[in-house]
Amino acid sequence: MSVDQKTVRHIARLARIAVRDDELEALAKELNGILDWVEQLGEVDTSGVEPMTSAVAVAMKMRDDVVAVQNLQAEVTRNAPNSEDGFYVVPKVVE
Amino acid sequence: MSDLTKLTLAGARDALKKKEITSTELTGAYLKEMEAAAPLNAYVTVTADKAMEMAKASDAKLAKGEGGPLEGLPLGIKDLYCTKDVLTTACSHILDGFKPAYESTVTANLWRDGAVMLGKLNNDEFAMGSSNETSHYGSVVNPWRRKGSDAKLVPGGSSGGSSAAVAAGLCLAATATDTGGSIRQPAAFTGTVGLKPTYGRCSRWGIVAFASSLDQAGPIGRDVRDTAIMLGSMAGHDEKDTTSVDRAVPDYEAVLGQSIKGLSVGIPKEYRVDGMPGEIDELWTRGIEWLKAAGATVKEVSLPHTKYALPTYYIVAPAECSSNLARYDGVRYGLRVDGHDITDMYEKTRAAGFGAEVRRRVLMGTYVLSAGYYDAYYLKAQKVRSLIARDFAEAFSEVDVLLTPTAPSAAFAIGEKTDDPLSMYLNDVFTVPVNLAGLPGISVPAGLSSDGLPLGLQLIGRTFDEETLLKAAYAIEQAADFKAAPEAWWKA
Repeated sequence: MSVDQKTVRHIARLARIAVRDDELEALAKELNGILDWVEQLGEVDTSGVEPMTSAVAVAMKMRDDVVAVQNLQAEVTRNAPNSEDGFYVVPKVVE
Repeated sequence: MSDLTKLTLAGARDALKKKEITSTELTGAYLKEMEAAAPLNAYVTVTADKAMEMAKASDAKLAKGEGGPLEGLPLGIKDLYCTKDVLTTACSHILDGFKPAYESTVTANLWRDGAVMLGKLNNDEFAMGSSNETSHYGSVVNPWRRKGSDAKLVPGGSSGGSSAAVAAGLCLAATATDTGGSIRQPAAFTGTVGLKPTYGRCSRWGIVAFASSLDQAGPIGRDVRDTAIMLGSMAGHDEKDTTSVDRAVPDYEAVLGQSIKGLSVGIPKEYRVDGMPGEIDELWTRGIEWLKAAGATVKEVSLPHTKYALPTYYIVAPAECSSNLARYDGVRYGLRVDGHDITDMYEKTRAAGFGAEVRRRVLMGTYVLSAGYYDAYYLKAQKVRSLIARDFAEAFSEVDVLLTPTAPSAAFAIGEKTDDPLSMYLNDVFTVPVNLAGLPGISVPAGLSSDGLPLGLQLIGRTFDEETLLKAAYAIEQAADFKAAPEAWWKA
């Protein structure tokens, strides 16, 4: 599998990263270099092998679903590039 | 005391307890060294006032015979750790100006135990790199130089600020993180000790996430004892990280010096890779002889899927990074670049905020997770990861620890590998499998290359068996008797 410039444009859109047209060729080349190299995993017989889902085998811990901290609005919004009255301000999203 | 900054963490701790020195003197001496070491670019933020305040508070406790296990000891903190009200950027432009309203669990544990914060240490942007060259704040310069050369070398990465600072005497010890070798490889490149604990041993809460199933916090120190002391404070269960393990933290320092007679050491044959320099091979052989002389038995073991570890890692890590880094959208913190609508704002912010390596990995991760490719790449990689972990489990049914080189070369020059991402990735060939399997590993300085640069040996242990790992590392350290230190050329 190899990626063309159109695919790079598509994944850049999915990743929400603006990419200039004159960068597409170099990016496609870099990604193909890495993809060609990871292609060797195809040699490994993984039939009947379960995918690894946890780095260390431990049972999922459960806790009560209760509010532990509350009303941190000022702390939470204080790093925002733009906020007003304790809310984040973004460009209009609903027409 | 003539040279305070030459003390080890353990030495400083003991001198403070005996009231031979004060934390204020010690902290002041470090701040002076840090100022003189600006050319190394190890620190991105210096918290001098906070450090002196913490030192004074420690001195008051020490004077009364009180204080925690790290009371009054000045440390450097990797910029990946959130520190309350102190700039935390993960060395990315996209986190410009971010001052967390909370403290990471690991650093909170260190302050609870009395440690003093000197400042924040440089790292590869979001810990993505093996040379510290991807930092938005520029490369860190390795305090070590090749014999007869003034070429600037990398300190390894991603914890390059941590390794350089410990090697240059700019802190007693440092926190670091390891996703694919980011503690052990920089330690090997700087003649320091780097300990990557078992996945789950330290809480990840409040550490800027890169690849959540691989990231683990750990220390870099001057010697094995110092990393054992640091881990004792850093480790522990945390309700805020479900992957942190609910297990007592042993007294790691207590095992140092215990006999390794009868310890079974495995030598993975697949780690003899093509093109590995002869001197690395010789170092490895010396390490085997040292452990044998200390009473260990040594046998060859096989980890047949070793060659697939790097390609597996370069699917799993970018996939997780593309998900984790989705949060940087210009809305809640850091950089924002305005756009004509919200999508345009996201795209422009992320284009301006991420460096080239981070962008490459986010795109790679987005691709392998995208519709139609998930099974072929991500699911396949997670299956191969199971096989890699199984290889280790089988080896550990025969042996107690594994001995390998830490990295396939000594430190390289700044700029030498930046044009070719793959050649940079190959640096982590011996360290990445350990993260994939969630195991603990440690790098110990074991000798010098022909051009006078430090080389490290890596020990890999069983899950949550840091004690055996440290015991064996201490035996290597005793035998290697590594005393070399870089000349302080940066003060000239």
